Amino acid sequence: MSNTLFDKVWDSHVIRKIEGGPDVVFIDRHLIHEVTSPVAFLGLKERGIGVLYPNRTFATADHNTPTINQHLPVADPLSANQLRALESNSNQYGISHWGLGHQKNGIVHVVGPEYGITQPGATIVCGDSHTSTHGAFGAIAFGIGTSEVEMVLSTQCIMQPKPQKMRITLTGKLGFGVTPKDAALFIISQLSTSGATGYFVEYAGPVFENMTMEGRMTVCNLSIEMGARGGMIAPDQTTFDYIKGREFTPKGDAWDKAMQYWQTLKTDDDAVFDKEYTFDGSTIEPMITYGTNPGMGIGISNHIPNAKDVEGGVATYEKSLNYMGFAQGDTMIGKPVDYVFLGSCTNGRIEDFRAFASIVKGKHKADNVTAWLVPGSHIVEAQIKEEGILDILTEAGFTLRQPGCSACLAMNDDKIPAGKYAVSTSNRNFEGRQGPGSRTMLASPLVAAASAVMGVVTDPRGF
Amino acid sequence: MAYDKFTTLKSTAVPLPIENVDTDQLIPARFLKATERVGFGDNLFRDWRYNPDNTPKADFVLNNPIYKGKILVGGKNFGSGSSREHAAWAVYDYGFRCVVSSFFADIFKGNCLNIGVLPVQVSPEFSDKIFAAIFKNPATELEINLAQQSITLLETGETETFDISGYKKDNMMNGFDDIDYLQNIKADIVEFAKARPF
Ligand code: SF4
Repeated sequence: MSNTLFDKVWDSHVIRKIEGGPDVVFIDRHLIHEVTSPVAFLGLKERGIGVLYPNRTFATADHNTPTINQHLPVADPLSANQLRALESNSNQYGISHWGLGHQKNGIVHVVGPEYGITQPGATIVCGDSHTSTHGAFGAIAFGIGTSEVEMVLSTQCIMQPKPQKMRITLTGKLGFGVTPKDAALFIISQLSTSGATGYFVEYAGPVFENMTMEGRMTVCNLSIEMGARGGMIAPDQTTFDYIKGREFTPKGDAWDKAMQYWQTLKTDDDAVFDKEYTFDGSTIEPMITYGTNPGMGIGISNHIPNAKDVEGGVATYEKSLNYMGFAQGDTMIGKPVDYVFLGSCTNGRIEDFRAFASIVKGKHKADNVTAWLVPGSHIVEAQIKEEGILDILTEAGFTLRQPGCSACLAMNDDKIPAGKYAVSTSNRNFEGRQGPGSRTMLASPLVAAASAVMGVVTDPRGF
Repeated sequence: MAYDKFTTLKSTAVPLPIENVDTDQLIPARFLKATERVGFGDNLFRDWRYNPDNTPKADFVLNNPIYKGKILVGGKNFGSGSSREHAAWAVYDYGFRCVVSSFFADIFKGNCLNIGVLPVQVSPEFSDKIFAAIFKNPATELEINLAQQSITLLETGETETFDISGYKKDNMMNGFDDIDYLQNIKADIVEFAKARPF
């Protein structure tokens, strides 16, 4: 029988199938953070049960941590309390804990791959919807709720029906100034924010094959924004080169044995998907969003569509544009920018900082723009310094903050003020996502950089 | 966490005919700092419900005393966005036991089922009918019968059936959850894990 990549990984983890119900799926690796885990640990205590395999769970603090002065005590008592809870729960149950100040600390979906926790063919879950990031390695990875965090802690399993399968193929080659972020925003704009609900996506074709691991992570990360459970890309030499030698990847004979298995992880030629889409990658422009969900994106040189030309209710569409202070037919280039955010598990990796630096090099940040540049981890931070990127950024009038989720979800102090416009490399432009009343335009690091220099929304292809 | 059994529910409903209601609206991130599952209902739809100075926004439906009940009727693609179960907790803690929509986001739907809120997916036509009936008469009652998997507009008797897996239905009707199930098959899990080297 011929199978898809997704079938191969999912089916090999099913312990039991329940008639008319979910599959019981074994989880290889579990990542936890301070926000969605405390209640799960409380649940364990209430039930009087323990953690079944503590060595399969890894804890890092990221959602709620400050991105300046991390050496000082956390000022907000509620945040400090959550960080303490993560630490004491991890210690109590024997889970590795990479808390604030720890050298391995960083955004959960950035550090997982960096340390080789993320591997092809594995099942990986975390109480954060962008867990889909890890699918870039040919793993099945998806976000779960707190009840499920409790489930995985106590039984190393989750119970879910097997999703349907979708393949999205991008042919051709991405153009100049067009990044993996643009490819993802383009796909979401075509499928809408709910177009892949109920599906697990495999990304295929030359555009993804030619992408770096960082780029693939950006794409898989955004799968959830079209409603998909997750996204994945078949592992290849690029994948194996990335993971080889990392702390938690197999070594010696174990590596050779793993490789034998990993090389089988691809969709068979005659395997069938429940749904297929193919787009021509060479037609994609740098993208930007104009509304309040990630599906509301357009090529940066385009005009905001008229309500009658978009799917969905007119009232909802108008509510969204009103919130943004935009009108139908407006052009995006030249729109005001108050804040620029480079970071998050979508675009907080070294390649994103290289891209940003390539634009701002020798130029200067616009005075009207406040820029928050937040690396995804200490490894990224160190690389920024080693590669001389920090010098380029400093000369251009930018400063670097410390690792964390930061303005991606604005749980810490990094909040965009009400009414202000942000060009953000993160993943969600929902109302108030980046602070109450904040207005977010999602874009690539290149668009963010060009906009930070010009002080208005700018097409990076002119640089 | 165990929850109340769900069999039938007869109630008026609160209408929210907005599409793509996301989890950041259901519960903004700044209210996710608790380490216990208490008080989330107060912040359900916080930024739609209250002005920045914490005065209620008169035009938001939860602040309109005409509409109340244990059922929330939302627009298409309800609950998109983050995996935060806090969104489902907020819905539950506010007093809703059932959310009706013509389309649910995946993770939110799963989270609801795990904590005892019943997501009822209806056809777009039936959704329109429900909204119209409630706006015409806010005292309109809906009846949800989980055993029969039916949702009925009591005034007119119009009814539709909805999908739910037999397993989840059983759980909800008995107040069980997945951990109860998994604890019982632990031996199988341990056996399976042996073959999966870390
Ligand atoms: S950066 Fe944003 S999306 Fe990524 S883990 Fe943090 S909060 Fe979640």
